[in-house]
Amino acid sequence: MTLQYEKKIQVDHLTKVFLKNRERVMALEDINFSIRDGEFVCILGPSGCGKTTLLRILAGLEKPSSGDYNIEVNGSERPLQSMVFQEQGVIPWMTVEENVALGLRMRHAPKKLIKERTNLYLEKVGLTKYKNLFPKELSGGMKQRVSIARAFANDPEILLMDEPFAALDEQNKFILQEELLSIWEETKKTVIFITHSIDEAILLSDRIFLMTSQPGTIKEEVKIDLPRPRQMTQVRSDPNTADVFLKIWNHLQDEVQESRNQS
Amino acid sequence: MEELKKAVEVEQQDFKRKQRSKRIKQVLTISSPVFMLLIWEILSQTAIIDPRFFPPPTTIIETLISMSASGELFEHVKVSLTRILFGFLMGVIPAITLGLIMGMYSSIRHFFSPLIMALMPIPTLAMLPIILIIFGIGEFSKMVTIAASVFFPVVINTVAGVMNIDKVYSDVAKNYGANPKDFFMKIALPGAMPVMMEGIQMGQAIALLTIVAAEMIGANSGIGYVIWMNYKAFLISEMFVGLILISFFGYLFSLLLRGLQSKLIPWK
Repeated sequence: MTLQYEKKIQVDHLTKVFLKNRERVMALEDINFSIRDGEFVCILGPSGCGKTTLLRILAGLEKPSSGDYNIEVNGSERPLQSMVFQEQGVIPWMTVEENVALGLRMRHAPKKLIKERTNLYLEKVGLTKYKNLFPKELSGGMKQRVSIARAFANDPEILLMDEPFAALDEQNKFILQEELLSIWEETKKTVIFITHSIDEAILLSDRIFLMTSQPGTIKEEVKIDLPRPRQMTQVRSDPNTADVFLKIWNHLQDEVQESRNQS
Repeated sequence: MEELKKAVEVEQQDFKRKQRSKRIKQVLTISSPVFMLLIWEILSQTAIIDPRFFPPPTTIIETLISMSASGELFEHVKVSLTRILFGFLMGVIPAITLGLIMGMYSSIRHFFSPLIMALMPIPTLAMLPIILIIFGIGEFSKMVTIAASVFFPVVINTVAGVMNIDKVYSDVAKNYGANPKDFFMKIALPGAMPVMMEGIQMGQAIALLTIVAAEMIGANSGIGYVIWMNYKAFLISEMFVGLILISFFGYLFSLLLRGLQSKLIPWK
């Protein structure tokens, strides 16, 4: 059902090898997938499985050892991708407003557009009141809101998110997940979201890629058919969710067990 | 109700106690210099210490006033401050520029590092003869001397400042498409600022040290000259006036820099 014109991201035979003290570590091995325009995909796996490496390659921060990836371009003005970093990605010497405007300022967009888009996304994440503060005065949740607003304000072709909520407390995490979903529903951006939380992946994704470590490969793909717009409470009370959770859990368990037996 | 009242009372007393201890600390801070001056005054007046070498503070202040009245002292202060100001800027500006570039580009860092490491240990005053040969005995050579002594702590701290910037910020800048100029101005410079300012503070102290020493050796004006000449003429109160001026300006400069620091680094 994936039609050619709506394909947004194509990854072919992507491999990344790190050399550490002359030893080879296969961070990624033969990664292949394609993602449709407007799709929300989570990459789920244990720590150290290479999921961050995969994201950093797509973000242009690292080069693949071999293989290829392609991101379809629709608007010529748009940057290819914007990343939401794990934590502390908010630059401490810029105010909230300057942080949100970062991408637009770096590509020297017209002043009026910068102002407009920055204000719009500050409003969406509820930080308008705080726009003149420095990050040191913000809570962890507010900092990640700044990060998210910054990525969306940049209006990229695709969004990459590297465990943006991992450092937050449970309540804040739920609130931010729903806020992210509501902004995403409005903009319909293509998102690749990295997480190690099964719940988070089920709540957010259209599809989940399950990754395993050493070598980092995508072992399986799980489709999440829950209706949208989603809310945390709905997803939690849906009986199918439990089945999906167990399926993913068992799969990851097998993997962990297997790697334990190997070592 | 009773409980709440009691709790508030306890907190109020605690607050009062903290206020009192804060006030005591302030009094202590002011009292130590006053106390020292007082002892000095008494010991000198009673000739327990030799008043020829340690004239009482009141005499020194009288001397300060009479020297100021003649206008001569003002000239010396003006000369020294001008040398410090321009010498300081001549040292700090290239140091920051080179430091940022060295911090950002490792090849440039590797090229310049050995030169800086080799030149840094040489006291600038030891280079004074060479500086005099190259730049002559005019004002400019004094400024160069200060510039040279300020340059090293600032350049080293600026490099350290850039290298200390968390890697995630340069990843962010790269991911959001910063060109080299924007990276320089919006990431490297502000990110290095806190450590850099420490270097500038250090440079300020060294600048004062250098100018006084340089003026003692090869000048016929300035605060250092006032100290040295009056010592030679055995005008000890006049010499102490010079020392007081240096102490005053040193304190003033570090206050100014601290003020500048909180202006430049509001995000810390």
